[in-house]
Amino acid sequence: MIRDNDDSANLAGRALEACVRGEPLRIHGGGSKTFYSGTGEGRALSTLAHTGIVHYEPTELVLTARSGTPLAAIEAVLAESGQMLGFEPPHFGSGATWGGTVACGLSGPRRPWGGGVRDAVLGCRIVNGRGEVLSFGGQVMKNVAGFDVSRLMAGALGTLGLLLEISVKVLPRPECETTLCFDCSSVEAQERMIRWGGVGLPLTGMAWDGRLHLRLAGPAQAVLAAARRVGGDRPVAPEALWNGLREQTHHFFSGEGDLWRLSLPPAVDIGSLSGDWLIDWGGAQRWLRTAVSGPDAVFAAARAAGGHARLFRGANSTATRCAPLAPALAALHRRVKAAFDPVGILNRGLCQEAS
Amino acid sequence: MSAPEDLRPFECDALSAYTVLPWIAVLPETVEQVRAVLRLCHSQKVPVVARGAGTGLSGGALPVAEGVLLSLAKFNRILEVDPANRLARVQPGVRNLAISEAAAPFGLYYAPDPSSQVACTIGGNVAENSGGVHCLKYGLTVHNVLQVTLLTIEGELLTLGSLGLDSPGYDLLAVINGSEGLLGVIVEVVVKLLPAPETARTLLAAFDSIEAAGKAVAGVIGAGLLPAGLEMMDKLTLRATEEFVHAGYPVDAAAVVLCEMDGMAEQVEAEIAQARAVLAAHGALEVRESRDEAERRKFWAGRKAAFPAVGRIAPDYYCIDGTIPRKRLAEVLGRIGELSEQFGLAVGNVFHAGDGNLHPLILYDASHPGELERAEALGEEILTLCVEVGGTVTGEHGVGIEKLNPMCVQFGAPELRQFHSLKAVFDAGGLLNPGKAVPTLARCAEFGRVHVHGGRLRCPELERF
Ligand SMILES: Cc1cc2nc3c(=O)[nH]c(=O)nc-3n(C[C@H](O)[C@H](O)[C@@H](O)COP(=O)(O)OP(=O)(O)OC[C@H]3O[C@@H](n4cnc5c(N)ncnc54)[C@H](O)[C@@H]3O)c2cc1C
Ligand SMILES: Cc1cc2nc3c(=O)[nH]c(=O)nc-3n(C[C@H](O)[C@H](O)[C@H](O)COP(=O)(O)OP(=O)(O)OC[C@H]3O[C@@H](n4cnc5c(N)ncnc54)[C@H](O)[C@@H]3O)c2cc1C
Repeated sequence: MIRDNDDSANLAGRALEACVRGEPLRIHGGGSKTFYSGTGEGRALSTLAHTGIVHYEPTELVLTARSGTPLAAIEAVLAESGQMLGFEPPHFGSGATWGGTVACGLSGPRRPWGGGVRDAVLGCRIVNGRGEVLSFGGQVMKNVAGFDVSRLMAGALGTLGLLLEISVKVLPRPECETTLCFDCSSVEAQERMIRWGGVGLPLTGMAWDGRLHLRLAGPAQAVLAAARRVGGDRPVAPEALWNGLREQTHHFFSGEGDLWRLSLPPAVDIGSLSGDWLIDWGGAQRWLRTAVSGPDAVFAAARAAGGHARLFRGANSTATRCAPLAPALAALHRRVKAAFDPVGILNRGLCQEAS
Repeated sequence: MSAPEDLRPFECDALSAYTVLPWIAVLPETVEQVRAVLRLCHSQKVPVVARGAGTGLSGGALPVAEGVLLSLAKFNRILEVDPANRLARVQPGVRNLAISEAAAPFGLYYAPDPSSQVACTIGGNVAENSGGVHCLKYGLTVHNVLQVTLLTIEGELLTLGSLGLDSPGYDLLAVINGSEGLLGVIVEVVVKLLPAPETARTLLAAFDSIEAAGKAVAGVIGAGLLPAGLEMMDKLTLRATEEFVHAGYPVDAAAVVLCEMDGMAEQVEAEIAQARAVLAAHGALEVRESRDEAERRKFWAGRKAAFPAVGRIAPDYYCIDGTIPRKRLAEVLGRIGELSEQFGLAVGNVFHAGDGNLHPLILYDASHPGELERAEALGEEILTLCVEVGGTVTGEHGVGIEKLNPMCVQFGAPELRQFHSLKAVFDAGGLLNPGKAVPTLARCAEFGRVHVHGGRLRCPELERF
């Protein structure tokens, strides 16, 4: 059972007070993703008392929940109705909250087919840096009234607003799911990913970790037919593989060196960087573990390929995580931050791009 | 161009009830020329309205009298189709359908399919975050655009998004989608391409009440199906379209539901069988299944021709665009029926039932004094109703100038202020498409004086005048 508790008046009050005093607030949920978001300045403000599913109607494919609600509890409620979050979010710990999930904007292996966090977001209620409670978007699939502030919140690390409630589109859980794998080199794997990604198979995962793994999902007949078309072996514990990729418990992630995330067009070759590679998202997300390639080389290679790189987990916590944005874009980011949080009280210093 | 006869083609978009001649119209051919125009306008404080094909239905591309109309008609080249990365790089004036045509040789297509897709441009689609029949399964424009390059009013070139699936920093790409030309002029778009589905098959189900049809639609979704299209037409629309295209629709039915599945052959077969069972279980009078491509097209012919068909039975019609939670469908349609009687104007309903996006068509005759005003007042009532049941005042046509008053119903002063401050981030002087999309607080205060909805007074902190 999820406790139903509306703590928004308190949270908004704290934000207003902080705004008046000009004192920063460090928003936190379960504390599961600090390694990713970094630790902001100021007094801790917990969302953990702000819990509950406000609205869930399976036939509408929409769920609205308060930000401190445990992610695991939301997934359990959806599963009871045969539904799920299409973006397959990582938890990175048992305390992951709904607010932290949206604020970090991370998506699992299903992302290229199920959409990312921002794709699922339909609406939200936030407290901005002035302590005002604002509602944007809504609980319907199609809504183009006003600027799309709700999607802007996804991945903003709580620097533009403290999320109170978020509504998302949810998806039916497929009737059947199967995984196939193939022994092949990374080059061969990429060729197959391009080919299979272009023909409309019912895919929900394509990753390479030394072997190529393909996840198919849909009605049983369709999955069987697709599996017959592609061939391959059936692994023993496919769930463990996809969970391991999502939660980074896969052995690849526990090695030495910095862990880089490269977000790229799926078919590009980025062989110039040395280190160990893992390919996910059908080629659109690549993980590089390296003690050899330095930040400048990684940033440059990713940019040249049409994407970008981020130091996801680094040994040195003060290291630069992202390449600086182009000056005009950086200035725009700072102005966006100021439009929502003029005094700079929300998670000060967390969005590197905006500071 | 500055001669009145040259400016005439730009005086309105597809919301033709409003017309304004711009001061001048320019048709640049290069990004540098667009930049020069914007810089000049910025330094001289002259307003600029960007325009694609002008098919917008909310007056978004309506010129301003003392301003420049900036047409992107000459930016009509597809710069690159990259089948391996499943993307296309195009100029903003490229027509929506032209992208799918260019991608077809590679077995790919561009999913968002507004009904105006033969004419409307991708720049306009991004500015309006357009959607179509495919939305429920494949999303809106925002879900299918990877990168947008735009010029700010100051002439600064910005690239938002990346060729990957995300980009560092804030998701400003999401904000540009649906920004109605208020934030910048889009000069290049990179869109996602999807594999063209192997097969598509459609069910046509007839019901003896709107309510039963609405419940059947919810049933289809509740059963775990995600159709590529899930549409509904009421009796008035059904009869009008049947007379027009002779698709063989069951004209005695109170409502018809079209449900299309697409994908691999085996998948479509399984899903169609399941959908058919659900529709039957919800009391469908009959369920027809398209046997071949020709029949599938015939099923859709009526739906696609619904607007012109209704246009034939009345001198004028006013197309509304609101979205509601699906479960309130029967109730809202019932209420629209009552309002229709109250205002003395017939209303036809044809809509994207799968995502609750309604398009009531209000029939009127502009040659009868006062009828246009009555149609507009009825439209506003319907949109207010949409907000009251938890929906929104626009699902896909945008706010433009048309829905400024209903925006005051949906949003309070703090939200509107936040919108204005976001606008100022991009365009501090308010020169890009002024007077559209986001109402001023003064306007809402004035509107609120006459309309108090559900007892909630909007903008209560503002003085009434
Ligand atoms: C009970 C508790 C007390 C803590 N006290 C301290 C302390 O005193 N000092 C200290 O240095 N650290 C403290 N932490 C750690 C602190 O929580 C992390 O720094 C936090 O920012 C990590 O994110 P998270 O807890 O929200 O995790 P997640 O829930 O995974 O969130 C990750 C990111 O999302 C943001 N976020 C989460 N919820 C929201 C929301 N609703 N709206 C907007 N943004 C959101 C976070 O600010 C963070 O940027 C504490 C953690 C807990 C659980
Ligand atoms: C018969 C018919 C059916 C329709 N069906 C649908 C439908 O199913 N779904 C749907 O969503 N819409 C539909 N529409 C509405 C319309 O076609 C869409 O809103 C479309 O996206 C508008 O594109 P356009 O090129 O005509 O833009 P315009 O009408 O020229 O402009 C629309 C807005 O976009 C801005 N704009 C245009 N180009 C740029 C640019 N390059 N940079 C910045 N701003 C720009 C303009 O300033 C304006 O605010 C329909 C219209 C008609 C007439």
